[in-house]
Amino acid sequence: MNLIIGIILFLSLAVVFLLFRSTEILSVAKKKMATSFEDSNNSFNAISGVVFMFLSFAVIFWYSYDQFENYFLPMASKHAPEVELLFWVTMAVTFTVFIITQVVMFYFGYRYRYKKERKAYFYPENHKLEIVWTVIPAIVLVGLIGWGLVKWNNIMGPPPKDAEVIEIMGYQFAWASRYPGPDNELGDANYKLIDVDNIVGIDFTDSSSLDDFMPREIHIPKGKPVLFKIKARDVIHSVYLPYMRSQMNAVPGMPTQMWFIPTKTTAEMREETGNENFNFEIVCNKICGRAHFSMKHTVIVEEEWEYIKWKNEQKSWIEKNPDYYANFIKNNSIDVAVLND
Amino acid sequence: MEITKTSTKPIVQEHDHHDDHHEQSFITKYIFSEDHKMIAKQFLITGIFWAIVGGAMSSLFRIQLGFPDMDLTALSPIIGNWLTPQGKIDPEVYLALITMHGTIMVFFVLTAGLSGTFSNFLIPLQIGARDMASGFMNMLSYWFFFLSSIVMFVSIFVEGGPASGGWTIYPPLSALPQAVSGSGMGMTLWLVSMALFIVSALLGSLNYITTVINLRTEGMTFFRMPLTIWAFLVTAILGVLSFPVLLSAALLLIMDRSFGTSFYLSDIYIAGEALSNQGGSAILFQHLFWFLGHPEVYIVILPSLGITSEIIATCSRKPIFGYRAMVYSIFGIGVLSFVVWAHHMFISGMNPFLGSVFTILTLIIAVPSAVKAFNYIATLWRGNIVFTPAMLFSIGLVSFFISGGLTGLFLGNSVVDINLHDTYFVVAHFHIVMGSASFFGLFAGVYHWFPKMFGRMMNRTLGYFHFWVTFIGAYLVFFPLHYIGIAGFPRRYYSFTNFETGRIESFIDLNTFVSFAAIITFVAQFVFLFNFFYSMYRGRKAPKNPWNSNTIEWTTPREPGHGNWPGAIPKVERWPYDYSKPGSDKDYIPQHIPLSKTPESNMPEDSSR
Ligand code: HEM
Ligand SMILES: [Cu+2]
Ligand SMILES: [Cu+2]
Repeated sequence: MNLIIGIILFLSLAVVFLLFRSTEILSVAKKKMATSFEDSNNSFNAISGVVFMFLSFAVIFWYSYDQFENYFLPMASKHAPEVELLFWVTMAVTFTVFIITQVVMFYFGYRYRYKKERKAYFYPENHKLEIVWTVIPAIVLVGLIGWGLVKWNNIMGPPPKDAEVIEIMGYQFAWASRYPGPDNELGDANYKLIDVDNIVGIDFTDSSSLDDFMPREIHIPKGKPVLFKIKARDVIHSVYLPYMRSQMNAVPGMPTQMWFIPTKTTAEMREETGNENFNFEIVCNKICGRAHFSMKHTVIVEEEWEYIKWKNEQKSWIEKNPDYYANFIKNNSIDVAVLND
Repeated sequence: MEITKTSTKPIVQEHDHHDDHHEQSFITKYIFSEDHKMIAKQFLITGIFWAIVGGAMSSLFRIQLGFPDMDLTALSPIIGNWLTPQGKIDPEVYLALITMHGTIMVFFVLTAGLSGTFSNFLIPLQIGARDMASGFMNMLSYWFFFLSSIVMFVSIFVEGGPASGGWTIYPPLSALPQAVSGSGMGMTLWLVSMALFIVSALLGSLNYITTVINLRTEGMTFFRMPLTIWAFLVTAILGVLSFPVLLSAALLLIMDRSFGTSFYLSDIYIAGEALSNQGGSAILFQHLFWFLGHPEVYIVILPSLGITSEIIATCSRKPIFGYRAMVYSIFGIGVLSFVVWAHHMFISGMNPFLGSVFTILTLIIAVPSAVKAFNYIATLWRGNIVFTPAMLFSIGLVSFFISGGLTGLFLGNSVVDINLHDTYFVVAHFHIVMGSASFFGLFAGVYHWFPKMFGRMMNRTLGYFHFWVTFIGAYLVFFPLHYIGIAGFPRRYYSFTNFETGRIESFIDLNTFVSFAAIITFVAQFVFLFNFFYSMYRGRKAPKNPWNSNTIEWTTPREPGHGNWPGAIPKVERWPYDYSKPGSDKDYIPQHIPLSKTPESNMPEDSSR
């Protein structure tokens, strides 16, 4: 194996060397100036440019068309189609510009390749033309930005009042979620209270934390606004839901949030994709260390009634960990009071 | 425009005695040289070294991405302790590799290697100066870079491995050794190395600025400077204004790491322990980093744009279209590049209103960039185009600059970026617009000015081969990444085998294909290296002005000595773009030819050029 690689390397080196020597000697023999501008290669290069361009257009068109279903993810939130519309309009605009400029450039390269008898056209400037191609992109951009900002403000703006609130916390290398429970209020938490059991540091001296529950998987209702209150406990992570076209970083020491309205249940997605194991997942999208690539969390979207049913079945955290709670109250009641000052 | 008298006179005299060449010792000539041409070559060679290291790293992690099951035990003599017992790259090593790769490519190759080489080489030669304003500072600039290189290189081999938080080194990941092993010694060395690097960049940039402003030869008014010089000047200004901010960001990070401060740290529980740091802001670091980071990408691309402007004009035998517009757009880009930094942070958790502001500012910067692209194309129109290897690489640059710039319109629009941020779409975007484009400018510059650097020509056939393989290769490597990004694949992922979004199986082949293309493209660079080093000694001797170019570096002897011109420095009489002027029987009129000698081709506009 090593020998073969060695031989291949040696042979390619020899070829390069021979190519070098022979072309040098050839050009000396032909008494060409070291830099003579007439060069049979000139046309070769000009034509190759055009050929390359058409071939790549063909491949790009073919692949973009043929593989569309593979790279275009189904959309599962209310704002996703709006974002995608802007994405594809931007695509249409940029793709047009891409095609036109590349065609023009490689065509010029071919059309105006060196000919001894021709002289280039001395054309240092044309203010009209320059103004035109400054103003047109500017107008197009204003359109794209304006549209984008309207959507941005909707998506990033304050969530509807009736949003389901769920706390998501990223840590190396998993996600935890906490629901406010029947009182609809997340209890206080403090990173100093974190330990192996109480991974988000719930402060049980706050009465609204008593009914909070922390399920294994995140459930959210279809058709209702969902607000993620996002935290991180060690390094930065990022809550990324590709099907929802939603993303927000999780930053230690700085709570963030994002909201969206799911429009497809997990069951519907299973049908749509033909994959019976399909699941929505939060994937971590900010480098966070060794297992960044496998840091994910299942999200189950269900019909609202299923969701309510599921929620009612959940036991609060203290109900599941009564000993911990008893200990906590014994040890922390005084400290926490100081802490919260 | 009135000819500004510059203060070259005393320097000319001071240097006159240099012309009768007192022999320099090996050390002062090749090592601690103060000659800008030698320093440029030192930067170039060091840059080439780093490019090989950075490229080899990318081949390694492309193997991991393209052939996830491959057993690399055969490589263990070289990378033994980076492998898991199964012969695969360790996940943390993967992160370390991409971090080093990014750092090396952005800073060591495309900042130091590119600006260091061409600003040093071309500024004195093209503006008509004997040397840089301060040869000593210039030498220091190289040696600080050298030190910084050594520290960075050593960091690859330390216990715990090199920095591995990504080239953007966001804390807390980079601040806490508990978070990833590369954040121990490796990160400390990364910071030390970058501090040295910044010193080097500042010494260099201040020198470039001073030289351009003060040492222009008689007649070289600002608006007679070739666009290369404008680009280098603005690049240097950007460097001076932005690198200190990175230094301060790094200093605060050092304090957080070693002295218990809490600039970036707050409310952290890690490795079973709640840290006492409170009140810091992780976002603060991102603001400081990108305040450098965004100008940095223009520091990387502007010199390449300058180089290609020059080459496209020369090789189209036409004046560059819209010289003034080109200058203004360089300035426009330079100024705007300072007010767009937070487009890297749309979903960092900062106030969405800031996101709106930065969206607007970001898309404004697209306008001068578009102007530049259009002007290049207009320069080709009705030219008489000579495809030297340098010209091919310049056209390649324009192609990349357009394709990569266009994808910037997606990423710059905050609402679209929500879904694209930190995916492979970003990787595709910046590799095309910044990586490939700048690299092509670097290659173009080397092919074009090699005759002036080494007095010999590079082989053209190998140049063509190099161009076509690299051009096609770069598109094959980076274009497909757009699709992977649109499909929502995050970057900095060691493996996608248990990533269940979309139809990952449909991208396995694509990833393998990309890796193939990447490795072939990387290997093809050795043809360039061979051509480069072999031509240095065996290339055909270069004529004085091989490309029939107008700029005054071609009036120096074949191998310019210390002081560049043996006699007086030529006086500049016209702008650098009098190519194919109507009435003239030659298709170029060098800058030092007075108008009085070319009555047949003079135009009314000449007085204002
Ligand atoms: C030899 C050709 C190259 C190949 C095959 C290549 C490949 C890659 C890949 C696949 C990644 C992403 C890895 C990941 O996110 O998991 C990456 C990251 C990166 N590359 Fe390259 N690259 C090449 C050349 C360059 C050049 C010329 C530049 C100069 C700008 C560059 C700058 C970067 C940067 C800044 C990153 C981000 C590193 C990070 O995530 O911190 N690369 N490269
Ligand atoms: Cu992560
Ligand atoms: Cu930027």
